[in-house]
Amino acid sequence: MTSTASASPDVSRRTGPDLLMGAALVAVAAVYVRALAFTPVEALQGPAQKILYIHATSAFIALYVAFVLMAIASILYLWLKDEKLDRVAESAAEVGLAFTTVVLVTGPLWGKTIWGAWWTWDARLTSTLFLWFIIVAYHLLRGAVEERGRRARYSAVLGILAALLVPFIHLSVYLFRTLHPMPILLKPSAPSMPSEMQVTFFTAFFAFALLFAALLRARYRIATLRDSVDDLEQAHA
Amino acid sequence: MSERQPLSPPGMMAAAWIVARKDLAIEFRTRTAFLSAVVFALLGVTIFYFAWDSTAVSAPDLAPGVLWVIFTFAGLLGLQRSFASELADRAVDGLLGAPISRESIYLGKALANLVFVLGILAVTIPAVVLFYNLPFGGGVVMLAGIAGLAAIGLVAVGTLFSAMAVNTRMAELLLPMLSLPFFVPIVMGAAQSSSRLMAGRPVAEAWPWLRILLAFDIVFVTACTLAFPFTLDE
Amino acid sequence: MVTTPVVRAEGLVRAFGGRRVVDDVGFTLHARDCLALFGPNGAGKTTLLRLLAGLLTPGQGTVLINGVSLTTGTSARAQVGLVSHASMLYGTLTAHENVAFTARLHGLPDPAAAALTALTTMRVHDRADTPVRALSRGLQQRVSIARAIVHEPALLLCDEPYTGLDETGAAALTAALAERREAGAALVVVTHNLPEGLALATHTAIMRRGRFARFEARDAVDASAYPAQYRELTAVHE
Repeated sequence: MTSTASASPDVSRRTGPDLLMGAALVAVAAVYVRALAFTPVEALQGPAQKILYIHATSAFIALYVAFVLMAIASILYLWLKDEKLDRVAESAAEVGLAFTTVVLVTGPLWGKTIWGAWWTWDARLTSTLFLWFIIVAYHLLRGAVEERGRRARYSAVLGILAALLVPFIHLSVYLFRTLHPMPILLKPSAPSMPSEMQVTFFTAFFAFALLFAALLRARYRIATLRDSVDDLEQAHA
Repeated sequence: MSERQPLSPPGMMAAAWIVARKDLAIEFRTRTAFLSAVVFALLGVTIFYFAWDSTAVSAPDLAPGVLWVIFTFAGLLGLQRSFASELADRAVDGLLGAPISRESIYLGKALANLVFVLGILAVTIPAVVLFYNLPFGGGVVMLAGIAGLAAIGLVAVGTLFSAMAVNTRMAELLLPMLSLPFFVPIVMGAAQSSSRLMAGRPVAEAWPWLRILLAFDIVFVTACTLAFPFTLDE
Repeated sequence: MVTTPVVRAEGLVRAFGGRRVVDDVGFTLHARDCLALFGPNGAGKTTLLRLLAGLLTPGQGTVLINGVSLTTGTSARAQVGLVSHASMLYGTLTAHENVAFTARLHGLPDPAAAALTALTTMRVHDRADTPVRALSRGLQQRVSIARAIVHEPALLLCDEPYTGLDETGAAALTAALAERREAGAALVVVTHNLPEGLALATHTAIMRRGRFARFEARDAVDASAYPAQYRELTAVHE
């Protein structure tokens, strides 16, 4: 099937500073300031608990925003065959990989400080680890296929299958955990969180969501430029 | 004469069976892939035995984990060759030009892969029972049943990914990278349920894991059959 | 009385990555017609053949084989046979097994006998039980042709089929093509050999940059002038 966007993508309009990215970076910096200076220290865990503002929000965005976007864009691509959707999926996957990596780095940092162990096969962290493997595999697949249409189709198939896999991973890891008693762990007590912490969480979430959007858009533009360069090269070949 | 008896091409399952028979005929003509996978599995089972301190962990406790990990990697060896013969002289064009559905090509190849993997298991399971001093009896029958379920899931996903990987530059590396995350629920389900059953625990304890295996098989056989046509260059 | 054409192609378009490799191609062939398709490398001839065989889906346009659409359902493919550059054979299997496999895929009632008949037509039946990879390129080509005709297709597509064939093989192929035409099939033969193509053809076409630069009945073509016309048409214009 030919893609509906058979004309080269329009790249003529983008000049000037990336205001969205600027706003996102300011928001993230503001969250750092707020979390470190203006939010109370949690009694049980001490200052290390503040990693959670990055860790938990990154985890949420990686799975529920980046990955879901990648999966939906994949399904839509197979249905509509529009190249733009493939670029969205590609961008969501790459930005999602960055956020997932943040989760996997901040998790052990927090865990070592709080529990004394770098890695404990915690259900969520393990699921995030597998998500990381899946997204890496997605990028490896894209890197191994040169022809654009085939690359888009293969990636879309993998994206959809990965979306089907995630519930199975969650279920398996959860089942594994509940049947294997692990040492009692300290967990942040969400319901009884003081309001300043809740506000910090919300602002953190907002700032990181903004960052995700800015990174996604920038990455999407790079993909568009790359594809139009390819088209030009082919036309002159 | 332009009139002749109109042919009735085979239906989906019949066509799948024709494709599977052809794949198995090719495989048994040379047998090298099968023998390599079997030898690999036996070597792996043996090496694992010496990798553990047998005074700390008893062999029967180790056995299920070893079996399912080795099964995964030996299965990958088998899956690698699945589409290679189709690309060699563009034989795949013969399949695509025939009046059979794309789905039946996938099912046929998956069926042949299933026979291949079950063949590996038929050798590996007795080897594990022997080397790891597993008790005989009903447990082994259950093990065979779990093996069948696990093999279906492995083959469903692996056949689809080998169709994609074979078209890339790094097929041997890409197939494991794509497949292994998907094999995780299979290995967990198979290992956890089989270790419980073989330790003589009640079936109810193994049941949640078996359910995961069963659900995985149903979901992914369907999804991969539907996704397969998208892996073809049409 | 209007008979259903064996093949009717209309408005076929197929692009790869934004470039139209087949760009609005259409033609009709009736029983016993033979279209000789000429054109330089990269003109889109192979892609056109793959479209007509059902191996590729057109981005636009339709193909009807004996009135049945090629893109809806699978049955139209049963009436098409393709001979291409690659042999489309499984090297480990014997010649007979390869052809019988194709026969089975088409639902032939006696695949083994049909395979033997096809191999005999192509004068390669004495090597029927040899693995294909042990056969020379020319013999493989004959087996590949046998594979393409075993189901007696109404439309036979040949991409430079005489390549690699010795005299016996070429004679067998010519006889097989004649037999198919006699039975009411239509042929499309891609060739670089102008005299060879003109000898077979009832229609001729020159494909250039995805389009038919010329398409006409053989009777309208002056065989002696054609090569020069072809060269002029396909010369690269800077």
